[in-house]
Amino acid sequence: MTMYFIKVWLRNARVWQKHIKASLIGNLGEPFLFLAAMGYGLGRSVADVEGMSYLEFIAPGLVVSTVMHSAAFETAYGSYTRLTTQQTFLGILMTPVSVMDLAIGEILWGATKGLMAGLVVLACLPFFGVSFSWTELALVPALFVEGLCFAAMGVSVTAVARSYEFFHYFLTLFITPLFLFSGILFPIKDMHPWLASFFGFFPLSHAAEVSRAFCYGNPMNEAVFWHIAVLLFYSIGMTVVAVHLLKKRIIT
Amino acid sequence: MINASHVVALTEVTKQFGDSVVVDRLDLHVDAGECVALLGPNGAGKTTTINMLLGLTIPTAGHIHVFDRDIRQDLVAIKRRTGVTPQVDNLDSDLTVYENLLTYASYFGIRHGDAAVKADELLDFFQLKNRKTDVITRLSGGQRRRILIARALINNPELLIMDEPTIGLDPQARLLIWQRLSELKAQGMTMLLTSHYMEEVQQLADRVVIMEKGRKIVSGKVAQLIQEVVGSEVYEVSDDVEALSVLKSRLESCDISVEMRASRLLIFTKVPCPELEHALTAFKIFMKRPASLEDLFLRLTGQSLVE
Repeated sequence: MTMYFIKVWLRNARVWQKHIKASLIGNLGEPFLFLAAMGYGLGRSVADVEGMSYLEFIAPGLVVSTVMHSAAFETAYGSYTRLTTQQTFLGILMTPVSVMDLAIGEILWGATKGLMAGLVVLACLPFFGVSFSWTELALVPALFVEGLCFAAMGVSVTAVARSYEFFHYFLTLFITPLFLFSGILFPIKDMHPWLASFFGFFPLSHAAEVSRAFCYGNPMNEAVFWHIAVLLFYSIGMTVVAVHLLKKRIIT
Repeated sequence: MINASHVVALTEVTKQFGDSVVVDRLDLHVDAGECVALLGPNGAGKTTTINMLLGLTIPTAGHIHVFDRDIRQDLVAIKRRTGVTPQVDNLDSDLTVYENLLTYASYFGIRHGDAAVKADELLDFFQLKNRKTDVITRLSGGQRRRILIARALINNPELLIMDEPTIGLDPQARLLIWQRLSELKAQGMTMLLTSHYMEEVQQLADRVVIMEKGRKIVSGKVAQLIQEVVGSEVYEVSDDVEALSVLKSRLESCDISVEMRASRLLIFTKVPCPELEHALTAFKIFMKRPASLEDLFLRLTGQSLVE
């Protein structure tokens, strides 16, 4: 590996800049509408959860689910388009950039997009009555690490996908269930213990716990460190998997 | 044997995908300053050969050396000195012409200032200076192809590899590109290319390597090969089948070879044949022309469509 992954990241950033308006509306619009519907709409008919209003309960989780969606979408649809339709990867690989540089650059870019989307939601929380706390700033690196996990998963799926339809599996069977059952919309411990530990196995529930701790609780406790360690483990592990799969896909 | 002066040297290179042998014990070399064209019908293994040179396809057997370095060990160093124009147009269509070149330069670690100077120089060379700030989607196919070649030159390569550099372009656009390629050749650029435009290859290439079904069937200097395999002159005669077969039988004593293409009889001569000249006076429609690379290609790879 060389430092060329930065060039891949820069290339994606350069192209993204050209569509910044559409991209930001997408990043900002969806979670914003979701917060509005769930918090103001549904939230008023739902009782308090864990001593918080429903809006306060779901807001930190929506930050991390936005990171997940944005990072995974970028490296699933976006990377797949660069791999196949646009053949951008082929062009890049005719230069000193290696497949490993390319995969890492794509993952870092996916994580960056995830982080940007997450920060937008985070910045919007005060509009929904969730007061700002300085510890939220410490959430930034954690969101990036979470972004790495899901971006690396997206690259892995891209590496094995044979058509855009393939991503339906990834989204319907993986991303959507994670969003619904990772303790974002309701406390994870309200589920059957088996289900709770099943979803506790995946990174989103850990990210949600970290986010809630940084937004409201005491972030400096052992559980939070443990959750962050899990996220780090996933991001490194999935990056290794993604590099391997992309190599297998491209080098014949 | 690997000769120290070869820029590209493939030795007994084989590539197998499952049971199918796509490239079969291919020996190929390109010397400094030389332009070599890799020809063959679709599926002959040309693109696989190029992909092996780029490290995108790993040979099943054999050795590949570029700049006297083994591709398995020094791929990055080799790529730093190589420019590649792919068959597919993979420019960044949302970026401008200039941004495309600068972005590509960044993959080589070229400093921004140096890249900008080189980009201007290349845009000038390819008559694209006035399109510098245009977004790629607004350009014609010919302009995009020129940018693809300019992009391949951004790192001042010593070796230029081009897979079908003029595919799908109109004659004017092709002409401009082939002119630029011959200028590059005159400047001493080493080139390896594939193309289906025989006339243009004949003008540019010093040597051709013709492949079929993964194997090299012939290689050598273009003019020499044409003379050896098909001859120096071709007479194309059109008439009904009967008249043509009578003509054919009258020429049995001559050192010629004949070929039917559609309703035309092609007669290839290696040495002047007075009987032929005489016999042809009875035919209204005939044409005499020098034998071409296309004749050689069709002779060797057959006329039937490969699909």
